[in-house]
Amino acid sequence: MRVNRLAALALASLVGVGALTACSSSSSGNSSGGSDKNATLTYWASNQGTSLDNDKQVLGPELAKFTQQTGIKVNLQVVPWSDLLNNILTATTSGKGPDVLNIGNTWSASLQATGAFVPFDDTVMAKIGGKSQFLGGSLSATGAAGQPPTAVPIYSLAYGLYYNKKYFTEAGISQPPSTWPEFETDAKKLTTAQHSGLSIEGGSVSENIHNVFTLSQQQGGAFFDAAGKPTFDTPQNVAAIRQYLDFIQTDKITNPSNAEYAQGTEALADFAKGKSAMVLWQAASGSLKQLGMNAADIGVAPMPLPDPMPAGGKKVTSMVAGINLAVFKNTKHLDAALEFVKFMTSTPEQKVLNKSYGSLPSVNDAYADPAFTTPAVLTFKTILSTSAAPLPAVASESQFETLIGTAIKNMLADVASGKNVSDSEISSQLKAAQQQIS
Amino acid sequence: MVLDRMVAAESPPSDTAPAAARRRRRQVLPYLLLVPAVVLELLIHIVPMLVGIGISFLRLTQFYIANWRQAPSAGFANYRYAIDFNGAAGKELLHSFFVTTGVTVIVLAVSWTLGMAAALFTQRPFPGRGIVRTMFLIPYALPVFASVITWNFMFQRDNGAVNHLLVDQLHLAGGSRPFWLIGQNSFYSLVIVEVWRTWPFAFLMLTAGMQSISQDLYEAAGLDGAGVWAQLRGVTLPMLRPVNRVLLLVLFLWTFNDFTTPFTLFGKGAPHQADVISMHIYQNSFVTWNFGTGSAMSVLLMVFLLVVTGGYLRLVKSGADDA
Repeated sequence: MRVNRLAALALASLVGVGALTACSSSSSGNSSGGSDKNATLTYWASNQGTSLDNDKQVLGPELAKFTQQTGIKVNLQVVPWSDLLNNILTATTSGKGPDVLNIGNTWSASLQATGAFVPFDDTVMAKIGGKSQFLGGSLSATGAAGQPPTAVPIYSLAYGLYYNKKYFTEAGISQPPSTWPEFETDAKKLTTAQHSGLSIEGGSVSENIHNVFTLSQQQGGAFFDAAGKPTFDTPQNVAAIRQYLDFIQTDKITNPSNAEYAQGTEALADFAKGKSAMVLWQAASGSLKQLGMNAADIGVAPMPLPDPMPAGGKKVTSMVAGINLAVFKNTKHLDAALEFVKFMTSTPEQKVLNKSYGSLPSVNDAYADPAFTTPAVLTFKTILSTSAAPLPAVASESQFETLIGTAIKNMLADVASGKNVSDSEISSQLKAAQQQIS
Repeated sequence: MVLDRMVAAESPPSDTAPAAARRRRRQVLPYLLLVPAVVLELLIHIVPMLVGIGISFLRLTQFYIANWRQAPSAGFANYRYAIDFNGAAGKELLHSFFVTTGVTVIVLAVSWTLGMAAALFTQRPFPGRGIVRTMFLIPYALPVFASVITWNFMFQRDNGAVNHLLVDQLHLAGGSRPFWLIGQNSFYSLVIVEVWRTWPFAFLMLTAGMQSISQDLYEAAGLDGAGVWAQLRGVTLPMLRPVNRVLLLVLFLWTFNDFTTPFTLFGKGAPHQADVISMHIYQNSFVTWNFGTGSAMSVLLMVFLLVVTGGYLRLVKSGADDA
């Protein structure tokens, strides 16, 4: 009896202690300390390749190179886009996270406001090679104006109009459209039983908002005023969303099924497989080849502009897209982390990585490489340096993306199932979104 | 402290010393064994709940998440924002509440009916009964993500199995391919998947309940000339009352709160027509980065569920007293 009871007591206390040690051991996992040369950095990479494994294959050898040069080990974790922002928020809240991480450049200002990242002031900037090495356009999307950026660009991207050259020739169209009226005519010609004129990622919150942002710029619209106050419900923004919805509603150049595409790759896959003749996408020649598209059929041009230009309209054909690299403030290996940032933004690495991903280098010197003088790359470089505008650099940017992007997704769903969405409905959706942001 | 007092109150002071000590030891042991469970319960349930309630009174936005102890107090502002049904946010919350209620009521009714029918059907032995029962339980045993993502594929408009069957094979939709994951039908898609996931549990509970009903009762009823229908109404259902009482409550709470199923089925943003409350709260905290309002909505949800549960338990208790 006595022995049994004691055993039970021991067991009970063991269970309790076990639970406690389980807690403490997990919390002490991060504090390896010691010299930075033996440090192991945790790096959250965003999903840039065709799959998470593809990213590991691309980054693996480069990280090995870094370890060889500096002795600093890097623990690579590729985070899918659907989780990245949430993971960053969790890391910010708990103070436990990676040392270095990729962020979508449009989140820069929002994440800057959380104070979770190391600011790249002039001293820090000098450590990674100086501000002037970066491409001006890309640097415009690294944080709010007047504050030191909390991230630096590593992959630069812009939207372009990808078109299938074979289909264009078949339809007797010699040039990609440069204005929206031309685009409409061409797209209608290109919409047949076999393929649609244009595919869009209609269920994707971010693709929707990126496209509508550009369209709104062309209309002379803005989603935030100079003071950073939201101005969602304006006639220009309504017109931009109207134009986007009309791809399905009135022009009927987009397959209604596109409203369901939410994974971030389906519209591009449709284009690669010949199910659509055009797609508005960020630099994607690498992915298109991976998806099996014949390189000779791939053409790319800037997004069309309105004709005539509306009053106040800007000749913007893309947002400044891209990926930034940030250093988490709670890192225990700041020097090693900056070393890593310097490595990733160095000219040789920029060449290798951007070649693999089909994106554009964010440092000027890398463009000397012949791989970045192809017509497609030059098109994107021109877009990025002449006709790209950064998304609003305000703290509530990510909320704006989500709220408006979701509203557009729901309206597209209505349109796709045959309902007509009127201007006043668009306006009331924008009004509702604006109420939720303040 | 509490433990000591409870033990002291239960042991009468007039006992002889060794027996009392012995009894006390014996009475302490069960509580000691409970300690790990209580500690874990506190850590896992009570503390996070209290933190959640605390957060609902803070203006916890992105500016403070890195240092959330500094977040300024919001008083009841988050609550006012959430239940201002004239404002956009309040209207959305109300809409989402009605959607959730609709889903829950249908899922409860259908799951219970299916579970009951299947339990009755497999009550008498027949060859292969074990296999049939196992088959019925499969949806319950599968990992949520794997099964729901399969439903997502099946519901896709162009390549999904559902439209292939309905449109291509049976020609039921009148030539047009309906959407299942967006628009009006998304509500029914959610209901179908929820029913598919929950009815096996109803089946399991009801089967277990039926097995504990004495065969004598059926024999007696049979001797009195009761047919199958009368036996069901006179014996089975009354004897299952305690099981049903728990079953309905559990199914209600699970369905009302379910997040995994809609999140896996629809992704981050649920379609408006299937914007159930758990998804709505998720959107309001993790997507707009305003954890204060999200928490306030969670607290409101918790209060609602508590009221419903309390009312329900009162109701069935008084029902049980009458019987």
